[in-house]
Amino acid sequence: MLILRNITKHFGSVVANERVNIEVEPGTIHAIVGENGAGKSTAMRIAYGFYEADSGEILLDGEVQQITTPHDAIARGVGMVHQHFMLVGTMTVAENIVLGAEPGSVLSLDLTEAAAEIRKLSAEFRLSVDPHAIVENLSVGQQQRVELLKALYRHARLLILDEPTAVLTPQEVDEFFAILRSMREQGKTVIIITHKLSEVLAISDQVTVMRDGRVVGRLETSETSAAELARLMVGREVLLRVEKPDSKPGATELKVKNLSVMTADGGKRVDNASFEVRRGEIVGIAGVEGNGQTELIEALAGLTEPAQLSGEIWFEDRDITRQAARSRRELGIAHIPEDRHRRGLLLDFDLAENSILGVHYRKPVVTYPGDIVLDYDAIQQRARRIISDFDVRPPDTELPARSLSGGNQQKLIIGRELDLKPRLLLVSQPTRGVDIGAIEFIHRNLVAMRDAGCAVLLVSAELEEVTSLSDRLLVIHEGRIVGEVDPKVATIEEIGLLMTRGH
Amino acid sequence: MKLLHELVFPFIAVLAAFIIGAVLILIVGDNPIEAYRLLFGSALSWPDGIGYTLFYATPLIFTGLAVLVAFRCGLLNIGAEGQLYIAAFAVAWVGITFANLSAWILVPLCFIAAIVGGGVWGAIPGALKARFGSHEVINTIMLNFVAIALVSYFTQYHYKTPGDPILQTVPIGSGAEIARLGKFIPGLPDRIPLNVAFIVALVACVLVYFFLWRTKWGYEIRATGNNPSAAEYGGISIRKQIVLAMVVSGALAGLVGINEVMGYRYRFYDGFSANYGFTGIAVALLGRNHPVGVLLSALFFGMLLRGGIFVDAFTDNVTKDLVDVLQGIVILFVAAEALFRGPFGKFGLLKRPKV
Amino acid sequence: MTELFTIALIWSTVRLATPLILAALGGMFSERSGVINIALEGKMLAGAFTAAAITYAADAKFGLGVLSPWLGLLAGIGAGLIVAAIYAVVCIRFKADQVVSGMAINILMIGVPGFLSGAFFQSSGSTPQIPREHLIPWTPIVIAFSLVVITWYVLYRTPFGLRLRSVGENPGAADAAGVNVARLRYSGVLLAGALAGIAGAYLSIGQSSLFTRNMTAGRGFIALAALIFGKWRPVQTMLACLLFGFTEAVSIQMQGVVKLPSGEDIPVQFIQMVPYVLTIIVLAGFIGQSRPPQALGRPYQKER
Repeated sequence: MLILRNITKHFGSVVANERVNIEVEPGTIHAIVGENGAGKSTAMRIAYGFYEADSGEILLDGEVQQITTPHDAIARGVGMVHQHFMLVGTMTVAENIVLGAEPGSVLSLDLTEAAAEIRKLSAEFRLSVDPHAIVENLSVGQQQRVELLKALYRHARLLILDEPTAVLTPQEVDEFFAILRSMREQGKTVIIITHKLSEVLAISDQVTVMRDGRVVGRLETSETSAAELARLMVGREVLLRVEKPDSKPGATELKVKNLSVMTADGGKRVDNASFEVRRGEIVGIAGVEGNGQTELIEALAGLTEPAQLSGEIWFEDRDITRQAARSRRELGIAHIPEDRHRRGLLLDFDLAENSILGVHYRKPVVTYPGDIVLDYDAIQQRARRIISDFDVRPPDTELPARSLSGGNQQKLIIGRELDLKPRLLLVSQPTRGVDIGAIEFIHRNLVAMRDAGCAVLLVSAELEEVTSLSDRLLVIHEGRIVGEVDPKVATIEEIGLLMTRGH
Repeated sequence: MKLLHELVFPFIAVLAAFIIGAVLILIVGDNPIEAYRLLFGSALSWPDGIGYTLFYATPLIFTGLAVLVAFRCGLLNIGAEGQLYIAAFAVAWVGITFANLSAWILVPLCFIAAIVGGGVWGAIPGALKARFGSHEVINTIMLNFVAIALVSYFTQYHYKTPGDPILQTVPIGSGAEIARLGKFIPGLPDRIPLNVAFIVALVACVLVYFFLWRTKWGYEIRATGNNPSAAEYGGISIRKQIVLAMVVSGALAGLVGINEVMGYRYRFYDGFSANYGFTGIAVALLGRNHPVGVLLSALFFGMLLRGGIFVDAFTDNVTKDLVDVLQGIVILFVAAEALFRGPFGKFGLLKRPKV
Repeated sequence: MTELFTIALIWSTVRLATPLILAALGGMFSERSGVINIALEGKMLAGAFTAAAITYAADAKFGLGVLSPWLGLLAGIGAGLIVAAIYAVVCIRFKADQVVSGMAINILMIGVPGFLSGAFFQSSGSTPQIPREHLIPWTPIVIAFSLVVITWYVLYRTPFGLRLRSVGENPGAADAAGVNVARLRYSGVLLAGALAGIAGAYLSIGQSSLFTRNMTAGRGFIALAALIFGKWRPVQTMLACLLFGFTEAVSIQMQGVVKLPSGEDIPVQFIQMVPYVLTIIVLAGFIGQSRPPQALGRPYQKER
């Protein structure tokens, strides 16, 4: 049905897909699994014409096709349901479904005919939804049905579904799988992108595994196991075992009690989490990305609106749940954010100015009169110290942060935060997009902080990184802390299963 | 070297605008070289040309700085026009109400009136954005019209000399008048309205530079404009910065009132502003949102305003509207440059802070 | 007497609302597609000047007589289109800041008519008088009010309208559904140019008989306010335009002062403020929710 041949795609200097080959047989359900950032979505968006590949070919029914816009893909019977739904919230279900493929003439949009057609499809594929409802009033599950109907309405023979179950409850997932099976029975081909191994085993006929932009395996689902898939997905060679002495944990620094973080629409991103971090230990949080890690760390750093929080956060013997980010920093909490471009840096400011973010208002950075004026000598001194201590290259305090490589940007942030001599360090994805040399350097510094008595909470999507750095390892799944393992004895497979299945 | 680099693009934009302007002049049947010679010649002659050029540049320095400060916080202040009207009226009000005070008290009082008047009128859209998230562009446009109507009402009904056919207030007390620079500069006749406000404008350039780049408050404003998420991470309250930036911006626009009321007409004259607020956007953009650039580009636009009058008078067909045409084209080109080098993304204008 | 007065007021309201309706409906096409239209003022000026100039020239130079205003109207539309095309290319193709380029267009269009009239009519910023029999005082009114219905139909009952709205709300979704985002936005902005051109033409060859310097006097911004006040919907926007037209009519008819039944005066300036203050209040969410198209003001960039 669909063949991707030697697809390569770069975004700037980032390689998203490297000579990807995927073959999907007609009338089957094909799963594509991999960690976040493995390149699954990119490959499929290329197949749908949303991106254009740098090189490689797309074949449909054995023929090479020029698919450069979604329009081309739709015309050839390919439909895609994106992870973030591509729906116009203020319009009706029927309007969304017909958009771009309107029935009737140029002068009149025949929504009655469309509604009838939609009802027919709904019945055929058991996708009940009211054509006249306004989309933003529907539940996520119903919105997903609208997306499926949109593809079916355009006579899609091949449906690409990007993480379709991420937004569904377990009951909805069962129902959804029943719908997929009925589609297969009616001769449709389905590609499902997921990182949940249980789902791969439950629904697919074949499975392609991706890692770091490459295909690392293609298997018959009936002949494989969750353990094998987990190993393929996350199991690269252990290169970076961190040598570190055993921890000597001291008093409790951070205590989280029944913490929940709500989204604006009432969903829970962190669900009743309780744990402690002590002085002199690194507590890791492992989990598939998007399971509440970001929200958890931001809540601890004071970046969440208090109205969205419930539960308590204690630092030493203070309740800091309602304190602003600035006062938490003043207490001795530092934060290495997961997204250095969005949170961590002022990209057009120079290194010196970046080195004072968060302490820009207090001594020794400001000076008389009235501690208002920035003391550029002190700032330069501080910046030079961080740059030399953390080996930021090139060591020029007047360069804009934008001009540094990812690894050096990250070293600058880590230097800035560690220079605060924090008593609690919140670390998120410390080595993402960082070269090997810098990774080692960063790891050594985190361990050194621990040994100096700092409490470290570490979140990383790199399973191997959290297991080798942490003294204790918590696993998070759908916002809940689902278990604690000893990273010295647990295997990658065990942790991987806990991460993906959540029990 | 760095400065030179910064000057390259504005220079190209201006050059391009002049070339298009030349084509237009040819179309209407005049000689562009002659027109431009008149333009610059009359703007740079001593003392009238230079005196008037600097006089016209004065309000533009203030509004250019006003737009710059908001810009650095990721906000577009289209409301300088309204802010300067409110401020100018406030100056006149103080100058009239306390007309008998001595200059030592009245002048500072009038300065404060200008700053407070403009600052308050700038604070309104700032607070509306911080509190309700409503777009500062629309609100500042609307507030311009409200301000213009408001000061016109007060002028007409409360502060006009009865029977005066012109819509203007009674004169301010002589203690509120500031000196013309002719007093200090030999060869510069007193009839040229260039006054102490120009010195205030130069000082304002220095102060704005100091405020934005040398104080913690300026750092917080610039951080918010550069990357609101990172600012928030660094413990900076975005809402507070939005209000602060708009207050400072409004206060700077308000200083136009000093030039107009205390240094030029000695009264509030309804509808005095020749779109100073809007030209301020052009000044700031062309000046690459830096005080030095603002100063240079305000002088450039001041030159156009001065020279435009002479081109109008001494060519057959070209009118002083040439100035508006050139100005519009310059902004379009500078905006079009933005897309190549992305200073808008840089100043956070396109990724407006979500509050 | 009172009745006569009332009828005059209603008639005046309709006349004054007409350019607002035309411009606001134009703005609606543009903003519904996701492009802010702060440049309505400039497009109206372009339309007003060109219509007056061509109407005058067609008669005086080519003797076209009663045909001349129609030629003028077409020319006004053409001028609106040309200005809109410049704006569209800068905003859509080059992804420039829509507000800044809109302001640039406005400043440019204060200058261009004055510049050209100075050259062709030897006057600073106005065109010669056009004889009364060569004006079109009625047609634009009919066009404006029928356009309300047409706009409603186009927006809500045609595939084009559906696509236009989707592009303004969620260009990513529209793109994924195979809709050409840029093409739709160009259409929206160009339609705005054409309608603002008619609005301007009405000012110079309908309501009055010549173009004068800056004759729109902020009507482009009032139209923008009406669009926001009318929540980006045709009928509500028309009502907002009528309301704003009414405030203007009142302030003209009352010659400065409105007497309240209680005998107190309301100065005209306060009546003039009404549209602007209402818009600010609506934007802050005090009177119902006025939700702009979600993607308004944002150039479309594929996410990655």
